[in-house]
Amino acid sequence: MDQLKTTVERVVQRAVQKGATAADVLIREDDNFSVSVRMGEVETLKQAISRGMLLRVFVGKRTAASNTSDLTPALVDRLVDETVEMARLTSEDQSGGLPDASLFEKSFPDLNLLDTSWEKLSPQERIDLALRAEDASLKLDRRIVNSEGGAFDYSRSRTVIGNTAGFIGEYEGTGAGLSAAPVAQSGSGMQRDYWMSASRHVAGLESPESIGKKAAERALRRLGARKASTCEAPVIFDPMTARSLVGHVFQAIAGDAIYRRTSFLVDEIGKSVAASGVTIVDDARLSGGLGSSPFDDESVPTQTTAIIENGILRNYLHTAYSARKLASRPTGNGSRAASGAVTIGPTNFYLKPGAHTPDEIIGSVESGLYVVELIGFGVNSTTGDYSRGAVGIWIENGKLSYPVQEITIAGNLRQMLRDVEMIGNDLTFLGSVAAPTLKIRKMVISGE
Amino acid sequence: MEPARTNSIFFDQYNVTARDLETYLSEALSRGGDYADLFFEYRINHSIVFEEQIVKSATKGVNLGVGVRVVSGEKTGYAYSDDLNRENILKAARTAAFIANASSEGGKVGIPSPIELENNLYAIPLQPADLEIVQKIGLLHEADATARAYDRRIVQVQTSYLDETKHVLIASSDGRCVWDVQPLVRLNVMCVAEENGQRQSGYQGGGGRRSIDIFEGDLNPKALAQEAARQAILQLSAVNAPAGPMEVVLGPGWPGILLHEAIGHGLEADFNRKGTSAFAGLVGQKVASELCTVVDDGTIPFRRGSLNVDDEGNPTHETVLIENGILKGYLQDRLSARLMKAPLTGNGRRQSYDHIPMPRMTNTFMMAGESDPADIIKSVRKGLYAVQFGGGQVDITSGKFVFSASEAYLIEDGKVTAPVKGATLVGDGPTVLRQVTMVGNNLQLDQGVGICGKEGQSIPVCVGLPTIKIREITVGGTEK
Repeated sequence: MDQLKTTVERVVQRAVQKGATAADVLIREDDNFSVSVRMGEVETLKQAISRGMLLRVFVGKRTAASNTSDLTPALVDRLVDETVEMARLTSEDQSGGLPDASLFEKSFPDLNLLDTSWEKLSPQERIDLALRAEDASLKLDRRIVNSEGGAFDYSRSRTVIGNTAGFIGEYEGTGAGLSAAPVAQSGSGMQRDYWMSASRHVAGLESPESIGKKAAERALRRLGARKASTCEAPVIFDPMTARSLVGHVFQAIAGDAIYRRTSFLVDEIGKSVAASGVTIVDDARLSGGLGSSPFDDESVPTQTTAIIENGILRNYLHTAYSARKLASRPTGNGSRAASGAVTIGPTNFYLKPGAHTPDEIIGSVESGLYVVELIGFGVNSTTGDYSRGAVGIWIENGKLSYPVQEITIAGNLRQMLRDVEMIGNDLTFLGSVAAPTLKIRKMVISGE
Repeated sequence: MEPARTNSIFFDQYNVTARDLETYLSEALSRGGDYADLFFEYRINHSIVFEEQIVKSATKGVNLGVGVRVVSGEKTGYAYSDDLNRENILKAARTAAFIANASSEGGKVGIPSPIELENNLYAIPLQPADLEIVQKIGLLHEADATARAYDRRIVQVQTSYLDETKHVLIASSDGRCVWDVQPLVRLNVMCVAEENGQRQSGYQGGGGRRSIDIFEGDLNPKALAQEAARQAILQLSAVNAPAGPMEVVLGPGWPGILLHEAIGHGLEADFNRKGTSAFAGLVGQKVASELCTVVDDGTIPFRRGSLNVDDEGNPTHETVLIENGILKGYLQDRLSARLMKAPLTGNGRRQSYDHIPMPRMTNTFMMAGESDPADIIKSVRKGLYAVQFGGGQVDITSGKFVFSASEAYLIEDGKVTAPVKGATLVGDGPTVLRQVTMVGNNLQLDQGVGICGKEGQSIPVCVGLPTIKIREITVGGTEK
């Protein structure tokens, strides 16, 4: 038995000895390597193995949680004791407790999360990936004059979970990201943009040359950006910005937002909440997916959950706790916060691609906005009110025409979901939350 | 009387010696390099969540580790250990040293001589880590009861308490060795109001680098709860926000997030050294109206953004960023200050021992002017009065920034009228302060809730502002 498993079992036993009626513990060990380069030179190089233990205990219907980076046995023992004591000071909560023991499973499918061929890349080869991505961005055009650099991050992560119901499980995965962020300059000022790729597998990573080139093209097309006039117009989100919209849907269908009633999608199951072409799923079993795992952070087996099916809201996502609050069942979306407490997280949460090419979608707009970057936090999940800063390309007569900035786009997510008029065939996983190009019938654009 | 500052727990409890520090630093510079430092951190966090009138959960976190940094020219090597095991720290030092592998000669190490800081900006009798949990729960009970009693339309209340006690010890190869104990507390109240099927939320929080006696004054749980409830109820009657450019009056305190986004980030030295900031090369030039003087001051007692020393061991300062409209300088960390040949400003900060320090803000605010806030409102014929904000963000390179109002009103003929729904304001950092036409005499710092994110690292900060008037800024509402 290896050290992490031994620690997990020892912690569970100690919690019970100290009076816990139930407990679960998760230990994650990450082997990290990250390099950033700038103007052809290494800027930072960081490498470490980090560990963290996340513990949750129950004393009857009372609960407390804890976390530590230091797994020295004496310290861990003391923390376990303190956590049990803390739990005695909290209130009885009828919805509390571990997930129902009948949910735990013993065998899981291979989700293709690990690629050991990353280990064959020497530190210099990893540094070279970042250098090549930046170099490709700098070489594309003489107006690329500066750079925030290129970066490569890799981690190999092992997760072990055990609980007082006898479950013990583990999985291991790799993941890497490669990016370039060039700066373009013209008489009107500087513009920066970036492109990146993320994958669990070496073969899944976009080539550094392609990443650098796309990043440079994205920065160049923003040169000379001006304000747009205040108006109401169709808005197209590229996959990078559309994924943020899908992220807002996640916030609104998370079970904790539902029982707190801090979501614009409360009491809407079975109702039409989006245009009929909109289908959103949370699929934890996607082979090799960035958000895939066999079981969640409270040991519940993961699954594929339909969220919105052809515009109809089908399911909320749950932990054991939110499921009990709402008389539903856990969906395998338990995620440990840094504190050790269990919250709700997305797995591979994405909007399914449609039939249109991005060009067709752009071609359908006479006058409107193609959004390439969004900034700020102007989204109210309780009401759906939406107002964010945007950078984009103005579309005239079906063609990308000139860049615009220092504008906002505003509306309400409730209406925006119903106004999804076209869906692209270009679903792109830049992270575990993803979307294809999306066209919203109209939003208010505020500028000059 | 100030309690005496004790020796660092790293010496007292973990038996780290000056000799150990020298050994680790020598290992870090064994392959050359200009400079190395060690960042020891022992951090205890507590949180309590109170919801549906019960204590839902309590958490505790213990983090202990050492970060080792080696700097060689513009390059930084970094590694860390999750415990104080000697072999693990030496291994981290060797890993960080990899960056300097061009040189075969070891760098020079001065023997670290521990110095005790003379002043303590957050001297408190008892650290948050040593408080009884029952005291903390009492605060939450009081806030919850107050919010529920505020109005029958308040249907949900969530209150939470967070504290942190952070011990740091920083030793560097030039012989510097300092330590600090940094307390931080925070109380949050979130309310949901519901009427005729419409729901709105309101939030208020407060805190600082102090013990929980901070919640006995203006930041008492009743006041925070009433404010959160008031905002949720107010929003039930909010009308759509206007869209387009208009005159905007910002209220005092937290709207200072404008300064943080519009100019603060753009003046962090790393972006200017690399020439990627919209402010690069503008020192000495006029970037704001002469009414504007903006400072970053990490030395204000008990404030959330304050520090005795930054995370590179250098004392914090009051740094003038803009004086009467003229750009004066940048916020420096050690690396940028050396490469730019500029003085240190004590702004090298990091999230924790597993992160590389970089230039960051502390408490950033505009000095008070002379106008009566009431006169500022009266002077506006048609505009927006924004008093509470959510978050903000900036594109450093283009200088464009946003910040999102969560409580705002229309101003019509010099009078504050209807509350409007949340809206994002968007502007241009290097020019927005030129449009400041009035500055109030009522500078306030925010109540202690700011979190600043940069390159994946989150740190506590504070902002402040007197009431100001901006001639024109674009408001991102839905009413054309």
